[in-house]
Amino acid sequence: MPKKIIKTENLNLWFANKKILKEINLEIVENKITAIIGPSGCGKSTFVRTLNRMNDLIPSCRITGNVHYKGKNIFSPETDVTNLRQNIGQVFQKPNPFPKSIFDNIAFGPRLYGEKNKDKLKNIVEESLEKVGLWKEVKNDLAKNALSLSGGQQQRLCLARTLATKPKVILMDEPCSALDPLSTAKIEDLMQNLKDITIVIVTHNMQQATRVSHFTGFFLMGKLIEFGETKDIFTKPQNKKTEDYISGKFG
Amino acid sequence: MSKRKWQQLKETIIKYFFGINGVISILVLLGIFLFLTKTGLQSFEKISLSQFFLEKEWNPTSYNNPQWGILAMLTGTIYIALGSLVIAVPIGIATSIYLSEIASPIMRELLKPAIEMIAAVPSVVLGLFGLIFLVPIISTFFRISSGLNALSASILVAIMVLPTIISISEDIIREVPQEYKEASLALGATRWETIQKVILPVSASGIFASIMLGLGRAIGETMLVLIIAGNAQAFPKSFLDPVRPITANIAIEIKEVVTGDLHYQALFATGLLLFMITFTINLVSDIIIHKQLKNLNHEK
Amino acid sequence: MKNNRILKEKIIFSFIKMAAFFSAITLVLIIGYVFIRGFKVISWQFLFQEVQQRDITKGGILQAIIGTIYLGIGTFFIAVPAGISSAIFLNEYIPDTKTSRVIRVAIRNLAGVPSIVYGLFGLAVFVQFFNLKTSLLSAILTLSSMTLPWIITASEESLKAVPFEFREAALAMGATNWQTIKKIVIPHSLPGMITGSILGLSRALGETAPIILVGATFYCRSLPTSVFDKFMALPYHLFILATQHAHPQAHEYALGTAIVLITIIYLMSLTAILIRYHLRKKKNA
Repeated sequence: MPKKIIKTENLNLWFANKKILKEINLEIVENKITAIIGPSGCGKSTFVRTLNRMNDLIPSCRITGNVHYKGKNIFSPETDVTNLRQNIGQVFQKPNPFPKSIFDNIAFGPRLYGEKNKDKLKNIVEESLEKVGLWKEVKNDLAKNALSLSGGQQQRLCLARTLATKPKVILMDEPCSALDPLSTAKIEDLMQNLKDITIVIVTHNMQQATRVSHFTGFFLMGKLIEFGETKDIFTKPQNKKTEDYISGKFG
Repeated sequence: MSKRKWQQLKETIIKYFFGINGVISILVLLGIFLFLTKTGLQSFEKISLSQFFLEKEWNPTSYNNPQWGILAMLTGTIYIALGSLVIAVPIGIATSIYLSEIASPIMRELLKPAIEMIAAVPSVVLGLFGLIFLVPIISTFFRISSGLNALSASILVAIMVLPTIISISEDIIREVPQEYKEASLALGATRWETIQKVILPVSASGIFASIMLGLGRAIGETMLVLIIAGNAQAFPKSFLDPVRPITANIAIEIKEVVTGDLHYQALFATGLLLFMITFTINLVSDIIIHKQLKNLNHEK
Repeated sequence: MKNNRILKEKIIFSFIKMAAFFSAITLVLIIGYVFIRGFKVISWQFLFQEVQQRDITKGGILQAIIGTIYLGIGTFFIAVPAGISSAIFLNEYIPDTKTSRVIRVAIRNLAGVPSIVYGLFGLAVFVQFFNLKTSLLSAILTLSSMTLPWIITASEESLKAVPFEFREAALAMGATNWQTIKKIVIPHSLPGMITGSILGLSRALGETAPIILVGATFYCRSLPTSVFDKFMALPYHLFILATQHAHPQAHEYALGTAIVLITIIYLMSLTAILIRYHLRKKKNA
């Protein structure tokens, strides 16, 4: 029985009076890649943003139900949100490096947690950039503004920035939708190599889901329609709606 | 005349109507500069620049030995401008951070109009309020015979420039792309760390420009300082001394001078100086703000 | 377990909140103080009777109110049309060249030039050069020059907010330049232009420094009968009462005058907001 790192129980979410997520019960397996698929507006992005409480930013957001991370309710008053987000990192749809140097981008997280030692920071920066295959490309330009990198490089930088905080889970919200196929392939390779990290990836690209993920959840109009191993979902879906979606009848 | 020709004629007439209006407006505004310069510069035929800027004493009405030094008044202007910024900048920036990043939407909707309403209070009313309310407090607190001094004026000018600093800084901070905030929070930063390490560095130059604009307003403020600053011409040694800033001096003396004489011209010279200082300050902040907004929009 | 980074945030946020509430409370304090202390002098007599120079408590401030209203009307009819049409000219008719950009920047920055400098200008140009003497007309022209940059800048901003596609679409259907402006550009930008103009005007009416130089006087026996007369105005009246009047109750009467002035200014701002709201609703309907 594989270990579950995140569990949601009867999760409901509203923005103002609009119900976005309806009774989501889902379990994320540790150190595996889970893909969340579904048509636009089905709530899949909102769902992953709930897992690290990024929806806190939206004042009209209201949530019922529970999300457990490593057995603890993330909505309980004892939860330290900053700690939670350090453990559950996020890579966004559009690359969003800070308008700072490459070095400062990667060192941002470690510095928050109090790391001041320059040599240690250097090591973290090198290690993180190495993991995303960016070290060779930028090692001489660490002082350069991160915005001068190409889109694909920026996204890998953002991934490296997240890795520098040593997260247990990384949420990826359509991380490749703004990238060209070559950069997309690089990111997908990286995901496969991050063996000791749990990844939840939102994608509208079903090929991507089959290529990278072990598990897949299909969302439709705020509901989790079907969840299971990726190969099962795509070869023998149980639900008619899932079948229609993956065969391209709507989307 | 054919309909087509009539329409073309109409287009031309309308174009000239707007054109003439535009040109007249531009001429009037150009005229401000020309008249100030022409009259102001005439005074330098008789007053040397070094006397004007470096001498402390201003005594144009002395029969034997008139003095034309603006240093004491300029120091008064600088005291009040800097004094007011020392008070207004921290409060103003904190308020703009609160409005843009911390306040709930309801709180913002309540506070913003309240702050805009300060901006609408005429400075003469603020001066009256200061005279009756603040000045006695200052004189009691510091045990001085009169609270009409640079400190009281600085406090009131600070209240006057607050809305300028707040509204421009807030606009700039709100332009910081949401993506930066999300990235920082998702890395485990607290909201304050996000403000301190991401939002403020990104909006720094725009906030600086808002302070410059506040400075420009503080330098140009007339009625408040005329009522509150004490109007003494002696060189101020501390903030508790009464001062007569350049603006107040113009308001006090211009009514008593003979048109076209040297005193009149010298007052225009001080006006020209004010014009050049404030215009330059505004120009610099304008350029900074536009550059900043362009950068932020570019990065979005 | 909460860490001390969160504690730090709490402490700093409470300082920031204090600063923000200080900003807001200052306003309540000022307005509240003026209204509470000045309210008792407000009466029909105060609003509708002429100033009694000998004893301010025996008369009202009618000349000052009327003077300020005249100033407002005069400035409105000069500065608003001139400002709006200049903005249309600058934005719609002349090409976006370096020169035109320099002109725009210069106008925008004239908006920040101190009002006393406009007073000097008015004195040199209207009072002396055009020999209009210190009069209502000189004051109207001076305030108009001062408001002009504000109105042009506000109007240009609303003109810029009209999407370029709208103009393209109209021109592509064969509309002339003026038809496009009349049918598309002006309706779209009018709310902003009017709001900006009224707000500029309300600010001008509170200005004291420029009108001291060009025609306001502390006492006129009667209301101005022509634009060449001297006149009284609320801000100047209040200034004199506050600083140069010997009557023991002068400050209270100054506060009463301040209430009238602030009320006029706030009513104008309110009108601007209502007009904007109304026109927006009409546009969206």
